[in-house]
Amino acid sequence: MTNYETVIGLEVHVELKTRSKIFCDSTTEFGGEPNTHVCPVCLGLPGVLPVVNKTVVEYAIRAALALNCQIAGFSKFDRKNYYYPDMPKNYQISQYDLPIAGHGYLDIDVNNEVRRIGITRLHMEEDTGKLVHQGTITTTPYSLVDYNRAGVPLVEIVSGPDLRSPEEARVYMEKLKTIIQYTGVSDCKMEEGSLRCDANISIRPVGSEQFGTKTEIKNLNSFKALYRALSYEVERQTGVLNKGGRIVQETRTWDEREGVTLPLRSKEYAHDYRYFPDPDLVPMIIDPEWVEDIRRSLPELPDALRERYMQEYGLPGYDAGILTSTKELADFFESCVSAYPNPKAVSNWMMGDLSRLLNAGGVELTACKIKPAQLASLLQLMDEGIISGRIAKTVFEEMFASGKDPGDIVKEKGLVQISDKSAIMAVVEDVLAKNPKSAADFRAGKERALGFLVGQVMKTTRGKANPELVDKLLKEKLLQEKL
Amino acid sequence: MEDRIAAYITRTREKALEQARAVDRQIRNGEKISPLAGIPVAVKDNICTDGILTTAASRMLAGFVPPYSATVVKRLEAAGATLPGKTNLDEFAMGSSTENSAFFTTRNPWDTGRVPGGSSGGSAAAVACGEAVCALGSDTGGSIRLPASFCGVIGFKPTYGAVSRYGLIAFASSLDQIGPFSRDVTDCALLLNAICGHDPLDSTSARFDVPDFTRFLVNDIRGMKIGVPEEYMAEGINSGVREVVVKAIALLESLGASVEYTNLPHTEYALSTYYLIAPAEASSNLARYDGVRYGFRAAKTSDVMDMFMKTRSQGFGAEVKRRIMLGTYALSAGYYDAYYLKALKVRTLIKEDFDRAFEKYDLLVSPVSPTTAFRCGEKTGDPLEMYLSDICTISLNLAGIPGMSIPCGFVEGMPVGLQLMGKHFDEGTLLRAAYTFEQNSDYHRAFPVL
Repeated sequence: MTNYETVIGLEVHVELKTRSKIFCDSTTEFGGEPNTHVCPVCLGLPGVLPVVNKTVVEYAIRAALALNCQIAGFSKFDRKNYYYPDMPKNYQISQYDLPIAGHGYLDIDVNNEVRRIGITRLHMEEDTGKLVHQGTITTTPYSLVDYNRAGVPLVEIVSGPDLRSPEEARVYMEKLKTIIQYTGVSDCKMEEGSLRCDANISIRPVGSEQFGTKTEIKNLNSFKALYRALSYEVERQTGVLNKGGRIVQETRTWDEREGVTLPLRSKEYAHDYRYFPDPDLVPMIIDPEWVEDIRRSLPELPDALRERYMQEYGLPGYDAGILTSTKELADFFESCVSAYPNPKAVSNWMMGDLSRLLNAGGVELTACKIKPAQLASLLQLMDEGIISGRIAKTVFEEMFASGKDPGDIVKEKGLVQISDKSAIMAVVEDVLAKNPKSAADFRAGKERALGFLVGQVMKTTRGKANPELVDKLLKEKLLQEKL
Repeated sequence: MEDRIAAYITRTREKALEQARAVDRQIRNGEKISPLAGIPVAVKDNICTDGILTTAASRMLAGFVPPYSATVVKRLEAAGATLPGKTNLDEFAMGSSTENSAFFTTRNPWDTGRVPGGSSGGSAAAVACGEAVCALGSDTGGSIRLPASFCGVIGFKPTYGAVSRYGLIAFASSLDQIGPFSRDVTDCALLLNAICGHDPLDSTSARFDVPDFTRFLVNDIRGMKIGVPEEYMAEGINSGVREVVVKAIALLESLGASVEYTNLPHTEYALSTYYLIAPAEASSNLARYDGVRYGFRAAKTSDVMDMFMKTRSQGFGAEVKRRIMLGTYALSAGYYDAYYLKALKVRTLIKEDFDRAFEKYDLLVSPVSPTTAFRCGEKTGDPLEMYLSDICTISLNLAGIPGMSIPCGFVEGMPVGLQLMGKHFDEGTLLRAAYTFEQNSDYHRAFPVL
């Protein structure tokens, strides 16, 4: 049996979060009653003309620079002609042979190895509207069209055929999402469709230089779907070749429920898009100085940030990797550290309790009720000895649930740590009196007995006693009486 | 009158009266009014008017009422012009006679058995017979100049980019340009004053200093260097027309211009170049008429593809379909390089012909059309014969330069137009030559007897 190598290229669509659409001033806001975020231009009424939104070009350049692309000095828009009812003009304004950017790359870490994935091109285009079927696409008696999304700006980012496994594809996609989010040009919300992905996949005998026949997989709405669909497709194609069959070049759709890819249309029915330069839009000459201005305004990107967290803050590579894996995490971390300059402690809380609670509750960091300043003041309270580490965990959970300030929670619930020596001593004496056996055990050398006694003191003080002090006083008392 | 000419698809009497009353109020209040205030300016029915039926003379848009007005319409309104109605045209401005209108054929006021020319035939006829003082048309390959010539009025196609196309129902975006019809050169200048200038809603509209065009209304062309392209006077031009044009050129010379014959060597490729580029753009521009959002939708269709096909089969006329098919073919995979791309290259050569000529001349002149207005039905059976009517006008659209038709005589009682061609954004020289010609001739005073 032949060993095959997988070859994958991804076409990723990213919705840019400009305020207005790419060729008119209608809002790009998500949602809204159907056909309310529209105007004559994005509805393609007779006589209207597009005018390019300069911010779209700026955002495209921003994204492209973050992906190490070269920016074209001369670029133009073309019409992609095909009939579909979600297209107001039955052509999509896109870019064909002179895209705004290309020749870039993105480095991904797979199995502790850095792989450089080429970005073939990045181009701008307008989004289409959305069909609302009555039931499923095959049974619907009629469909409604919502053009709110028509004309929302997109960039399409096309990778080289450089990905060698479904896992690499997923990591690439995640990294791409992170980088784009860092640049601030898109929310990259897969669930709202602001990040979409089609995959081209083929297999070839290991060592072969030639590409195999590829299939295009659509409807990949999550990282998981991407991974599963590609894994399925690798197996399917391998199966076909091993049985002596040949791969049909076609578009397939991922069926999430059945966990299979299904043929959508074969290339025999492939569209001839009849691209030609859009005569309504003049070509763009991109000022290199503008590009440099945009480059200077780019934030620190994840790879550089990770490096800095390791060097400057002394964080382990793993921690630094996680904290820079989304812009939200990094921003959260940075604002905590600026209020509480102990990066390691902040990192520990974020990697530990915070991420545990977020995962358990299925909450996005952006929706988290705890604000960075609040985590910082919690850590402050611990440093000042006002609460113990143990109480801090309780307070943190309360903060997570209610969003209240840690100081308020401590006050309301009377959680201030008891650090009064005489008050603790009273409890210690009481506990020893009630547990003579444990006291004797300890004196007899059973260290474990101490834990029990500490526990009893903490229980009596409802956890508020300063644990170090309890430990110290208990030992003092036990040893005293031994003498 | 309208019964015999049929210039209008929609008449907007109430709107015109309302606009006129507003001007009356301004006058009573002693407000300053613009030269166009209260002047009826008809608008070709492929130019959108907010709340007023706009059909492009197509069954496809038979009931279409735009929710917005074209920039030129807003500018006319701002200048106080009144709107008497929307004028007939060849469907989607594709044609040279208005016979391709889905509704009816407009008649030539000089002989109602003849066509008014096209595609802006309604606008030309309305101005010729006095149903409007001025009018707007659109010119993609001669659609202003040809009907102006056939109807004996002034027609002006400005430089591409001088007038906003926003709201003009597109035929071929890189060639379309809106321009005025009038009975004399002064009105033409006043209309240009109103409609020219940059529009942020049209990316192809130029940022340029719009002059006051009336300052070119000077009766003096002494020293003006005029070239006459031989290719435009060659065989195929009706001898009567040639005679009239030669006489007109002699008049210009007698008024102090120097006249020389010259050459535009790529002229013979203009028609084929045009009939690749214009249909290619049209095939894409007209794709939006599918029955989904507005306009005509075929009844009894089985699915969405069936709806698209039946809607377009039934909604478009024969000439529109012919051009959509031509254009689709020219853009198709495997043919693009040989047809569309090659046409773009030849277009550049044609433009360079003019660039070279304008190094030597201030102005070029020629006939507008090889013939005077032909009989209704005379050319409808032969599209190629019809296309040849535009042989003298289409090169200007390919080059983007301004062109003008002025009345310069008659052949057997039918008007002949003299075409003036100028450099990009040199509308002024055209106006000056036209004004001088007009002040020294009587052709513009002739009025059809109906």
